[in-house]
Amino acid sequence: MTEIVVIARLVPDLVEELEIAASGTDLDRSWLRLIINEFDNHAIEQAIILKEKTAANVTIISLEAEGVEDMLFTTAAKGADRLIKITGLDDGKPTNQSAAKEIAKLIQEIGPDLVLNGVQAHDDISGDLAPLLADLLDMPYVGYISGVNLENGLAKAYKEYPGGIVAEMEITLPAVLGIQSSEEPPRYVAISKVRQMMSTATIEEISGADLNQDGPVRINRMYLPEAAEKAEMLKGNEDEIAEKLSSILQDLGLL
Amino acid sequence: MAVNSIPQSPPFTASFKESLLKLPDGDRIQSCLQCACCSGVCPFGFAMDFPPGRMIAWMRAGILDEMLKSDSIWMCVSCYACTEVCPKDIPITPGLMTRAKEEALLAGNVPLELQSALEFSQQYSNPLGESARKRAAWIEELDFEVPIVRTAKRPFDVIWFVGDYASYHPRVKKVTIAFAKLLHKLGVDFGILGPDEHSDGDSQRLAGERGLFEMLAEKNAKILSKCEFQEIITTDPHAYNALKNEYPQLGFEYPVRHYTEFLVERLEELKPLFKENGPVKVTYHDPCYLGRVNHIYDAPRQLINALPGLELLEMSHTKSTSLCCGGGGGGMWLDGFSWEKAESRLSDWRIKEVVEVQAEILAVACPYEPPRFEDAAKAMPGAEKLIVKDIAELIADAIGI
Repeated sequence: MTEIVVIARLVPDLVEELEIAASGTDLDRSWLRLIINEFDNHAIEQAIILKEKTAANVTIISLEAEGVEDMLFTTAAKGADRLIKITGLDDGKPTNQSAAKEIAKLIQEIGPDLVLNGVQAHDDISGDLAPLLADLLDMPYVGYISGVNLENGLAKAYKEYPGGIVAEMEITLPAVLGIQSSEEPPRYVAISKVRQMMSTATIEEISGADLNQDGPVRINRMYLPEAAEKAEMLKGNEDEIAEKLSSILQDLGLL
Repeated sequence: MAVNSIPQSPPFTASFKESLLKLPDGDRIQSCLQCACCSGVCPFGFAMDFPPGRMIAWMRAGILDEMLKSDSIWMCVSCYACTEVCPKDIPITPGLMTRAKEEALLAGNVPLELQSALEFSQQYSNPLGESARKRAAWIEELDFEVPIVRTAKRPFDVIWFVGDYASYHPRVKKVTIAFAKLLHKLGVDFGILGPDEHSDGDSQRLAGERGLFEMLAEKNAKILSKCEFQEIITTDPHAYNALKNEYPQLGFEYPVRHYTEFLVERLEELKPLFKENGPVKVTYHDPCYLGRVNHIYDAPRQLINALPGLELLEMSHTKSTSLCCGGGGGGMWLDGFSWEKAESRLSDWRIKEVVEVQAEILAVACPYEPPRFEDAAKAMPGAEKLIVKDIAELIADAIGI
């Protein structure tokens, strides 16, 4: 049976305002609310769609975080077969390099045909995790995928390019894919099904010894965008504003 | 909207019927006369593949599995019009239609618009997807303090259950502020749950998400168990219905009143405060969950009639025959879907009736209504100058606060 692994991350919820921690190198995580990374949610959906098409076995791997159990049980309610939580994380977020090392070890044990991960995340805009994994696992990586099929031992995937161009690709398995969107929107599962999973499904816990290692990339300073220059607001009645505006435009040589 | 590959269990019709018979008064479904009053009175019956009467007929024929392939159940706005007219008193809305939505939802047949409202309710405890921490941000607009019950750590006479739209929606917040001023003016000892308040969950329940409703009810019950109070007052008929009729079935029982009942009791205190504002024609829209479901028809009218200069006109659909605004039973989160199916809005229909009676003000008493009716009035000939106001706003205006 086809083995599919999905790495699902919890990321800061941008509905809440983000605050910088006193350390100045991380977000203040005491008030942070975490939600599933939207792209990873699409990766999960794509895995479940593939399972429905090809009778695959789907494993979800996630790092320990507040709310991760609920998220994992939700994936089980959607159809995931195996849930794994990597524990042993100190406060904060591991670097992509140390997370990739730990996750790669686990993936090697599972030996999947396909590894799916969201192409990026709120806290991984450059989308480093999936290519790092591919490198450690010595597998091909293709990102910005919207829809995958498994045919004759190959993954047939659709990769999006800027300008509305889509490429249809054949990728040798095993492979790592960065999912931009699943072929159908992520499904809704009734809370009653999730609650049922909470009492029947199990989450395997794997201790991650390397999670807290310093990677080659370190954050020196985290800060909110600083305004370099502010706009000048014109004050007065309509006529005064119009006069000021026209003299500014004249000074700039535009009139 | 086409729905692909719905996993079906073969004996769906039989198990569905069995589940209906187990509900309160569920066995009445056996006595259906097929008179089709339900399907006829349904405001969206014309756009449904399976209006209630046909659903029962197909169930009797053992072929209701077909219903799971249709998405037309999502046109049901849980307005109780069918239940009201049924000569055999079949619990059509609370039983048949709600169970059918539950089955559709379990089968993965959920319109996307509704899906996001349900996900938001789960994540943020409100269907709007707003920050749960900012649920009480509206109190900053007042020049007096509104205590949050848990931080005040003292008993209160009244806990005001504010509700989702009243807490976040920019238009409905104006009603919330008006009612806060009224409570303050009357010297009521009240507090709110603030960030600890969760969606009452009633509309999610009627949209087929019973599990979510139970989860939200448990959260509200947990916080209420830590508060000391005499009664709960709510400005939201949906919250009122949940607290009064549904939470007790889960073991959570509280004395609860809709704000119109509460204010009628204080009417003699209010009357001397009212100022004369000249003659105005007003009509009143009975919210489904205040009127048809909970039979509160008089209190809102008593309040309107007490306001100087206001002449109350009744529309052709009134009291138990009132028309739904389209927001109930998940309709609040299915506007695009409903438009695609029916190419009409229930709120438009209502505004036409307001124009017919030549009212200058449409009075309402439910947080779903001001934005729905104001939007409808914008595009309705003759309603350009119509003012839509909650009764709480009309009273605050009459006092001048």
